[in-house]
Amino acid sequence: MPSTQPEEDHGPRAVRVTPTRGVSARPAGQDREFTVEARSQGRLILRRFLRHKLAVASLVVFVAVVLFAFAGATLWHYSYDQLTPDISAPPSLRHPFGTDSTGIDLMAMVMRGTQRSLEIALFVALAATCVGTVYGAIAGYYRGVSDTLMMRFVDLVLTFPTIAVAAILGAQVGTSAGSWFFIGIILAALTWPIVARVVRGSVLSLREKEFIEAARALGARDRRIIFGHLVPNVMGPVIVSVTILVAAAILSETGLSFIGFGVRPPDTSLGLLVSQAQTAVSTRPWLFYFPGAFIILIVLSINFIGDGLRDAFDPTQTRVRS
Amino acid sequence: MTSIDHDATPGSPDALRPILSVQDLVVHFPVRGRGLLGRTTGTVHAVCDVSFEIYPGETLGLVGESGCGKSTTSRAVLGLRRATSGQVLFEDQDLANLPPDRMRRLRRQMQIVFQDPMASLDPRLTVYEIIAEPLRIHGVHKEDRHQYVAELMRTVGLNSEHGNRYPHEFSGGQRQRIGIARALALEPKLLVLDEPVSALDVSIQAGVVNLLDDLQRRLGLAYLFVAHDLSVVRHVADRVAVMYLGRIVETGECEELFANPAHPYTQALISAIPIPDPRKERERRRIVVSGEMPSPTDPPSGCRFRTRCPMFADRLDDAQQARCRQETPELAERGQGHPVACHFAEAVPVL
Amino acid sequence: MSTAATTGEEVLVVEDLTVSFPTDDGLVQAVRGVSYRLREREILGIVGESGSGKSVTSMAIMGLLPRSARITGSIRFRGQELVGLRESGLNKLRGSKIAMIFQDPMTSLNPVHTVGYQVAEAILAHNDVSKAQARRRAVELLDTVGVPNAGQRVDSYPYELSGGVRQRVVIAIAMANKPDVIIADEPTTALDVTVQAQVLDALRTAQQETGAAMVLITHDLGVVAGQADRVLVMYAGKPVEIGDVEDIYYRPRMPYTLGLLGSVPRLDASRSQRLLPILGSPPSLVNLPAGCPFTPRCPIAQDRCEREEPPLVTVTSHPHRAACHFSQDLAGVRPHDLFTSTSADARTEDHPGRPSAGEPTGEGDLP
Repeated sequence: MPSTQPEEDHGPRAVRVTPTRGVSARPAGQDREFTVEARSQGRLILRRFLRHKLAVASLVVFVAVVLFAFAGATLWHYSYDQLTPDISAPPSLRHPFGTDSTGIDLMAMVMRGTQRSLEIALFVALAATCVGTVYGAIAGYYRGVSDTLMMRFVDLVLTFPTIAVAAILGAQVGTSAGSWFFIGIILAALTWPIVARVVRGSVLSLREKEFIEAARALGARDRRIIFGHLVPNVMGPVIVSVTILVAAAILSETGLSFIGFGVRPPDTSLGLLVSQAQTAVSTRPWLFYFPGAFIILIVLSINFIGDGLRDAFDPTQTRVRS
Repeated sequence: MTSIDHDATPGSPDALRPILSVQDLVVHFPVRGRGLLGRTTGTVHAVCDVSFEIYPGETLGLVGESGCGKSTTSRAVLGLRRATSGQVLFEDQDLANLPPDRMRRLRRQMQIVFQDPMASLDPRLTVYEIIAEPLRIHGVHKEDRHQYVAELMRTVGLNSEHGNRYPHEFSGGQRQRIGIARALALEPKLLVLDEPVSALDVSIQAGVVNLLDDLQRRLGLAYLFVAHDLSVVRHVADRVAVMYLGRIVETGECEELFANPAHPYTQALISAIPIPDPRKERERRRIVVSGEMPSPTDPPSGCRFRTRCPMFADRLDDAQQARCRQETPELAERGQGHPVACHFAEAVPVL
Repeated sequence: MSTAATTGEEVLVVEDLTVSFPTDDGLVQAVRGVSYRLREREILGIVGESGSGKSVTSMAIMGLLPRSARITGSIRFRGQELVGLRESGLNKLRGSKIAMIFQDPMTSLNPVHTVGYQVAEAILAHNDVSKAQARRRAVELLDTVGVPNAGQRVDSYPYELSGGVRQRVVIAIAMANKPDVIIADEPTTALDVTVQAQVLDALRTAQQETGAAMVLITHDLGVVAGQADRVLVMYAGKPVEIGDVEDIYYRPRMPYTLGLLGSVPRLDASRSQRLLPILGSPPSLVNLPAGCPFTPRCPIAQDRCEREEPPLVTVTSHPHRAACHFSQDLAGVRPHDLFTSTSADARTEDHPGRPSAGEPTGEGDLP
């Protein structure tokens, strides 16, 4: 098959033929002329997401926060563990967020803390999603006794109070250098059942669809059906639940660090910063407000992004805009 | 397009042996109560003592109304549903005793086309990926996969350049063609067509019916055509088996069965189908059956159709009715030219 | 055909009705100018494929469209304009003067009430009778439409009944207040054929008992052939042919009608007679190009068809009208004169969802 097609004009109704291979993106304008639906599902979802103004604004904010934390830290001339001569300085041009009682620049600390908080949250999201998706897909696909047993275990894990368990386990791990990583693992271990439940619910209805039966009739093995057909089709609800998980993980990490079981000095996190500032609320309020504001900014923006994604994935949102 | 043609000339010895033979197939489902272990509270008698054969290159129409067990039969034929008893022999191999690996290989020989073309195509895959999936699963056509898929698309009347599109971009008829292309990919000998045109608009279903007809001629395929619409079946089938509540009540050559239906249910079914011709339609005599199909969890004793049978209600005396209640009528030749499962079968031209 | 089609007072007059919905992709013009007059006791069959606008038209009459729908034109019930009428005004008509029967009886029945209660409720809503009287009347109605053991079934809940009985309950509710118009939207599509025959009988009974005119919307040409006095064929939101049932079936003058008749598998025709599909698929109702919407699928289309949408004009006798530039040339033409028994998907293969003229066939791109 040739990689390009001669463009011929065959009167007013003729459409140019787009090549099958080689070019993956096809010119949209030509398709639009003839069918309203000539768009990939991904583009439809993107389009619906872009319609959700608050979600788009939140995405911008979130990306800005990520850039600020990771790119900003490399550019900013102070580091989070570097002492400066300015002790307990209020916000100024030199120190936009002020400094703490040891003279460390708060903006550098907030950058570092945001990095840690985001790292933990994203790790939790990733780990919980992978484990929960596989677990839920298997339970939903096989049903029966295995499903019953697997889901009872999920129920059991969900009864654990996250903060309490994390606090106890976190204390066991101690002050090792990679402690943020352990907090991530603990939070992930306690939150994957949420994803598992979402996935199992979707898989239960998906497995009755004819395309699953079609795959079985083709002789596909279970592994192929689960990972080739079921998992890709539950990504919508999974992504939505992940945004909730990320927000929850950031709050959990904050809570843990606040009560002293999370990230420990000399490293820092947003929760730890807030906790360290609790005595200074009245005297040096900037120490409290800046990290606090970042927590709210991150959690809110992720929640709104989640809202937008949920609407974008919801097939009932397709047609009529009232 | 020679590469997907089969060597199934009508004169070959294969034509004499049935490609599929179903013998005394019984499929029961347990009805489970709720709870962790769920006690069995009843049994759905979905398919009862169904036997039929399909020969290479021919179409058997399996017709009946919803809940008659025709879909369950088709799934059992494909080994997608376990038979409670009885045998499904594909080219003399019993599906029930086949180890999983042999079964997977056997799947290349028999494929299915589903009713709802949208539901049977994975919305996340492109058309190319959908049609190539069976090739990938069975590891065939590795080198010429692109050409082969393009060829399959052309075979079913699709533009081969649309392989990178998604199912939702196609019309209903085109989606069904994608499903047919996927089913043809492994060069099967038998296609199970489960209501393949019921979800399509008439102007489009006609093209798909013609396509199936052409493919059969060209590739020598055998079809098990499952449908509720007798008028479609009349157009595609060589032989017809009519199912009611899990049993075949009448079977025969298509022309013969439509000309001289002998089972009261077949007669009612044929006479209930409207004909798009106002004069004929208004002059027709209707054989009306009362009520609806009883639940397959508790089928009537004896003849399963007797609860709705106009003959049972109006024309049989007490002794005859007792026979219908007590004795299950065998599917047998009773002088009507084809097998029928009614003690008092009587061929009546309905059309 | 019955004389009702030509005599009798007009109960429902629809004039140049258009309905459009704003969507992401633009304005969907679901109905693009439907006009018809329904006389007393007449049965008008509306046929068309999915997306032809046949159901939307009826929803507009019943005032059941979502708020986003933009409706223009006129719908008059016995002289009263319904377009723009307030909910309260519509409620007085709905269920009493105009009744509707939907495809799925489960959606029109309330699952938490007995069917007897629901029939009685319909009676009580528009009549000043006692509850006992309403119940008695409910049993009577259920009996009329052929619900077996109506006296007992009256206390059943919808889920306890089979689909056919449920649809008969809906018909009983529809006839409860002796409506002047019954709109039946695919009333038998969800049912098995033997049950369909029963429900069509019930519908016939309801229409005769109440003396109502009926609009029967269906995609099944067989059902219309047996029931309707007049037939309206819709395509892409517009009527393309209207006439007495015999005109439409025996003397069609619009290629689409001919195509429909040629593509239906008929019980009175056998395998040797190949079906005649209409190539391509119906157009999208967003940004519909100028000209006759059937052009890309039409075997006799000419340049003129791409430019000019033909109006619905009288063919021969007064009630038979068709929307085709060449309807005069189609006298005596049968489906097989126009359509071929191909198995192709489109006349030429160029684009999913929409055929077009003059494209190279798929063979051209072989290496």
